[in-house]
Amino acid sequence: MEKGFLLGLYETMFRIRTFEEEVKRQFEDGNIPGFIHLGSGQEAVSAGACAALKPDDNIGSTHRGHANLIAKGGRTDRMMAELFARETGSCKGRGGCLHITEMSVGSLGANGIVAAGIIVANGAALSAKLQHNNKVVLTFFGDGATNQGKFHEAMNLASLWALPNIFICENNLYGEATPLAKHMKIKDIAVRAKAYDMPGVIVDGQDVLAVYDAVTEAVKRARDGKGPSLIEAKTYRFHGHHIGDPETYRTREEVEDWMEKRDPLKLFKAKLLKEFKVKGTEIDPIEHKILKEIEDAVKFAAQSPTPDPLNLTANVYV
Amino acid sequence: MAEMKLITGKDAIRYALIEEMRRDKSVFLLGEDLEQATFGVTDGLIEEFGAERVRNTPISENAIVGAAIGAALTGMRPVAEIMFADFLMDAMDPIVNTMAKARFMTGGQAKVPMVIRTPSGAGLSAGAQHSQSPEALFMHIPGIRIAVPSTPYDMKGLLKTAIRSDDPVLFFEHKMLYYEGGDVPDGDYTIPFGKADVKRKGKDITIVAVLAMVKKALMAADMLAGEGIEVEVVDPMTLNPLDMETIINSLKKTKRLMTVEEGARTGGIGAEIAARVAEEALDYLDAPIKRLGGMDCPIPFSPVLEEAMYPTEDSIAAAVKQMLG
Repeated sequence: MEKGFLLGLYETMFRIRTFEEEVKRQFEDGNIPGFIHLGSGQEAVSAGACAALKPDDNIGSTHRGHANLIAKGGRTDRMMAELFARETGSCKGRGGCLHITEMSVGSLGANGIVAAGIIVANGAALSAKLQHNNKVVLTFFGDGATNQGKFHEAMNLASLWALPNIFICENNLYGEATPLAKHMKIKDIAVRAKAYDMPGVIVDGQDVLAVYDAVTEAVKRARDGKGPSLIEAKTYRFHGHHIGDPETYRTREEVEDWMEKRDPLKLFKAKLLKEFKVKGTEIDPIEHKILKEIEDAVKFAAQSPTPDPLNLTANVYV
Repeated sequence: MAEMKLITGKDAIRYALIEEMRRDKSVFLLGEDLEQATFGVTDGLIEEFGAERVRNTPISENAIVGAAIGAALTGMRPVAEIMFADFLMDAMDPIVNTMAKARFMTGGQAKVPMVIRTPSGAGLSAGAQHSQSPEALFMHIPGIRIAVPSTPYDMKGLLKTAIRSDDPVLFFEHKMLYYEGGDVPDGDYTIPFGKADVKRKGKDITIVAVLAMVKKALMAADMLAGEGIEVEVVDPMTLNPLDMETIINSLKKTKRLMTVEEGARTGGIGAEIAARVAEEALDYLDAPIKRLGGMDCPIPFSPVLEEAMYPTEDSIAAAVKQMLG
């Protein structure tokens, strides 16, 4: 694999992590209103999956959508401004964490409703088919979403119509505050693919290259007109469901164990240094660049104007 | 002037679909049983346009509406059919939380040019889950345009406008109007949203009626004309946007307002119109506003009971006489 590509994956993951940790600080400092769902710990899924896409492919996203959007090319200054609820934000301060979107980079939208994006992603995949433009769609969702009827309706329709839609489940082991074993009987969500006659693949969601490989294969299948795939990426979120979650459903030891042994950034950095013979001096400038980018994003957000209440009802209709 | 033809409501809808699909390749249909349509609206369309553009779906209302939204977000103009308006409830989440809000919550990045066509209304003894008139439920949701045509002419012209609209449209087709006849010109014409149509002029009372109740109001007006009472019948055509100007101009002349709908009275179309009139034009009224509508009751199966649920031409006429007292 090309070194530039590998460093690019690392850069995306580092950008997500730095963004998310900065968002947490800014929220705790009172600069961000609302509910914030962070994706720290899950970076490899977004980075690996979106690296397998072309710029004009689409993604569907979830309530934990910052990482998905950054990986697809969303601008961190506009995203930070969105979370600060400013007019310069991705959605002009009308969406926030739950609806953060940049359609220009192919995002169909983040969703405050669990599984809402899955059925919409099918429509974009149908568009690609009807327009014969060879685009694919990748729809992110969590383990909890696979208990929604919408997931099953979407899987059935995608399979029936051989839609170029890649279903990627970020299984972070908890549906909000409920552990997986308390919300489904099966251990592997990938088996749900069987019911819809599509491939169901399990992948280590902390291994960015494993995610990339699995999604690349599913994308090829989709572009070849062979239809959808379900990929289950086993992952973990380092923070609560939202910032301020008391997290009574898991132990501190469990979280720290994942952060120590299964941090996707640490794992990939070690692999870059050891297996791919990348030098530390090649990684440092990337990290510095991103730290500066996020610092600038905060400045941009903080200096941006809040929306004008006089324009409150703009964009309800075209 | 194009030649007028007498056609049914069902065919008016069908011609609108055919003409728009011929005109614009981004228009396509999806829904349950489109190949052998429950009310025959889409019969034969697959022969002309093929299975790519006339898409039979599984019985999955969430997936249908979701797919329409996703297609609309990415350059298509889907026309989804929900087989009975009652089944809209299956897809309330994508309709209310995604379709209606996508443009607003993305700060204007998105547009959702889609139509959901759906047969509503009672009259077929279809029971509580196949007969509802839920139009007013959606008036409460900002972001959805709502069309409520009452004649074949209006059906065709409004549906063409709906398909060309860049906003999402809920298009209600009353089942009992599918087989009513009306004059419709050959070829292309559109009817603007937000412009009420005065179906009959009169000076004594304004009746605002929608869908199948327009015909009942007109029949009542005919009966009352024989007794020297001149009823003005206003059809709003769309509930969002709602043309209050035409309604208020009418009642300025007649000084009396009655609303007639088939959906439950409480929180209904008439309730909203009455509230707006109370705010904006109360001083013009010489009598309290009268709302007629479906009873606050699920719809019964028994034809005898079903008929007792709704305003009829007789009950409308009786209520008018009472108001004019």
